[in-house]
Amino acid sequence: MSAVIENHHDDHGHHGPAKGLKRWFYTTNHKDIGTLYLWFSFAMFLIGGAMAMIIRAELFQPGMQIVEPEFYNQMITLHGLIMIFGGVMPAFVGLANWLVPMMIGAPDMALPRMNNLSFWILPFAFFVLLSSLFMEGGAPNFGWTFYAPLSTTYAPPSTTFFIFSVHIMGASSIMGSINVIVTIMNMRAPGMGLMKMPLFVWSWLITAYLLIAVMPVLAGAVTMMLMDIHFGTSFFDAAGGGDPVLFQHIFWFFGHPEVYIMILPAFGIVSHIIETFSRKQLFGYSSMVWAMLSIAILSFVVWAHHMFTVGMPLAAELFFMWSTMLIAVPTGVKVFNWIATMFKGSITFETPMLFACAFVVLFTLGGFSGLMLAITPADFQYHDTYFVVAHFHYVLVPGAIFSIMAAVYYWIPKWTGNMYDERLGRLHFWLSFIGVNVTFFPQHFIGLAGMPRRIPDYALQFADWNMVSTAGAFLFGFSQVFFLFIVIKTVMGGKKATGEVWEGARGLEWTVDSPAPYHTFGTPPKVS
Amino acid sequence: MTNVRSLICSFKTQFTVIFFALSNKAIAEWDELNMTQGATAISREVYDLHMLIFWICVAIGVLVFGVMFYSMYAFTKKKNPVAATFHENTKVELAWTIIPFLILIAMAVPASKTLQSIYNDEAGDVNIQVVGYQWKWQYRYLEDDVSFFSNLTTDLDEIYNKVPKGENYLQEVDEMVVIPAGKKVRFLITANDVIHSWWMPAFAIKQDAIPGFINTAWTIVDEPGLYRGKCTELCGKNHGFMPIVVKVVEQDEYDLWINDKKAAAIAMAELTEKDWSAAELVERGESLYVTNCVACHQVNGQGIAGIFPGLAGSDVVLNDKAGQIEILMEGIQGAAMNSFSYLSEVEMAAVITYTRQSWGNAEKGDGEIVVPKDIVEYKQNKI
Repeated sequence: MSAVIENHHDDHGHHGPAKGLKRWFYTTNHKDIGTLYLWFSFAMFLIGGAMAMIIRAELFQPGMQIVEPEFYNQMITLHGLIMIFGGVMPAFVGLANWLVPMMIGAPDMALPRMNNLSFWILPFAFFVLLSSLFMEGGAPNFGWTFYAPLSTTYAPPSTTFFIFSVHIMGASSIMGSINVIVTIMNMRAPGMGLMKMPLFVWSWLITAYLLIAVMPVLAGAVTMMLMDIHFGTSFFDAAGGGDPVLFQHIFWFFGHPEVYIMILPAFGIVSHIIETFSRKQLFGYSSMVWAMLSIAILSFVVWAHHMFTVGMPLAAELFFMWSTMLIAVPTGVKVFNWIATMFKGSITFETPMLFACAFVVLFTLGGFSGLMLAITPADFQYHDTYFVVAHFHYVLVPGAIFSIMAAVYYWIPKWTGNMYDERLGRLHFWLSFIGVNVTFFPQHFIGLAGMPRRIPDYALQFADWNMVSTAGAFLFGFSQVFFLFIVIKTVMGGKKATGEVWEGARGLEWTVDSPAPYHTFGTPPKVS
Repeated sequence: MTNVRSLICSFKTQFTVIFFALSNKAIAEWDELNMTQGATAISREVYDLHMLIFWICVAIGVLVFGVMFYSMYAFTKKKNPVAATFHENTKVELAWTIIPFLILIAMAVPASKTLQSIYNDEAGDVNIQVVGYQWKWQYRYLEDDVSFFSNLTTDLDEIYNKVPKGENYLQEVDEMVVIPAGKKVRFLITANDVIHSWWMPAFAIKQDAIPGFINTAWTIVDEPGLYRGKCTELCGKNHGFMPIVVKVVEQDEYDLWINDKKAAAIAMAELTEKDWSAAELVERGESLYVTNCVACHQVNGQGIAGIFPGLAGSDVVLNDKAGQIEILMEGIQGAAMNSFSYLSEVEMAAVITYTRQSWGNAEKGDGEIVVPKDIVEYKQNKI
């Protein structure tokens, strides 16, 4: 009898990943699934980036050189969709998978099989979306915001496949969110009250609720499109009694919370990194939590600031202007808290900290242009110009994407057991930092000077800065191939990391070995 | 000694001259990179608002980043090996919640006032309906029964880099919108197919043109001049190729222009309504045929074998009136035959009738003529 028990115990001790491809297809391990999400988002980031290179190459000079306007429109559409739904969102889900259980002292995610499913339907969704490039009539060409009736009555036949793939992405996000919420609510280590949770966990809890609230709205919007295209309804067709502006209201009711879905986890990441490398406890933990909650709640009442020019009544314009400006208050609180954490700290600038500092500065710049865009009368001049393009790329690239890169450098020693090459990491940072600013800063100017977004060719007065912007884009693009090299190099080997990894690191994930064992916290730790 | 002094003096003067020349140039170039001040009271108000918010942001940025960069410089591990331990301060936190809120109110007040003055949809002295099409604009002067399309005129060869680009590359149109200076002009903006957006930076007007809905915008432009704008809502393939050009003129010049337009519209209507005989149409059509068609179809209507089909004895020209109208209106995809839909109804009818009556075609085929009303009917059916 005792032998049997011993055997069983032995089995358990050796229980590790299955061998070969099966490991990745069948896995229910949160670390494996996190890895899958992260690699998938990296692949999508490179594909979406290649599309950005095509866009910037065409805009290098006035005139049509490389692609036709029709294909250009397909590129801007797919670039947006792939970067948002394939790049940024899965990267954050991957980080949540890796980190949330380890940060709260849980052995795994609460719903591991659903976790597997929510990942594995994603590659399928993007296969469908990308295959539309090879269909008759080409890929979707109506911008990532797919305004009706350009996306219904006047859309290419591949739109139906686009709708299908958006549905799958939505299902994946909803499953992922349910998993995060259930895990956080039920599996925290004893003693970890809500107000003791690490901020990354808090940021993901809020993000997950936002996702569950708005993904069904997006699904509704594309389903109404599907009905308009194939089943003779007129939701968005004025000729049949419908309303094209209704589409925009529904879309942005999803779209604005979506913007915060892509930045809240970044807030969490940056808080951890600044705390660690300042070797000082984060300033204003509870105000950080309240700020994120306020931003999330406000995100539901600001959507029509994307639509100031559709002809809304004065009262609506005023309401959406004021509510949008209000978001600056909690966002400001977060920035002030980060800086107060650094104030009188004991700071070193390893790669994650460099990215985090750049995040604070450049995200704040994006916040300033966002505040300017909130001013309705001025927005009449900014709306749908390159000023908007500059604004949202400033919050998404040196905002969301820099935070993801910072997270990779920060936690990769924990994931792989190897330190990355600090010299290469810093080089990657500086190349990205210069590249991103050379690309997007001039776009403020050409936007103010009057260049509309989403055009393949432009008047001559915009030529100089477009050329600069393209040069920056290629610098930024190639630096990310370099990033891929650094990540692979770290996975393959490198200086061995200790369990704690960073001198000032706080949090349960640093109490386990590096690399983190396949199963962690089989017995919950005590949190005082 | 004096020599040296005068040398320094002259150097100083030269330096000052160069410096001012440079900075003037820099300022001029900077202006081109900023929002336009525009040509109306509203556009200047919007510009001032833009600059106000901009400078407030700059001030906040200098302050916030100042503290941040100072911390990054002064509190490195080398200079400050042991970090402080404070991690909250209610007073400070309250201050940086309340002060930004007050700054926001200071921004919202002027912004709301400007917005209120923009919102005014009372009728103007001149009222123009603007209709967005894929990919051109139509303008209808509601009081005067004048209406026309405004198309991009930039040559394809310029777009495809075969010839040098002109000064107004992608910003030039065949017919400009003309409005009087100093008068209230109201635009009623809508669209025929997808959503477009009518943007004239100099007037600070950007209004979406939405099928089935009419949005309004208004302006009073002080100074005569040419003002250029663009479509700013993605509307399909040629979204980047539907510019807007508004010509603002003094009232008397405007009256002349609108009267000419009205007279031309009446003359065209009369010509279209008139009962045409075959001979009249043939006479009018001959010169049109010479300017538009002979390069390919030849004077004798024989075309060039193997390249350009002949019209003499062609089935379509002999017996298929409807088919011939369609080819001239739409062109033939994938062939050298372009659409000639820019011809007026009268011209179109005349040139078609000319081909149907010449080279013995009248005897060999059904001999039917095409009158302007047929073309009008075709256009109406199409819409």
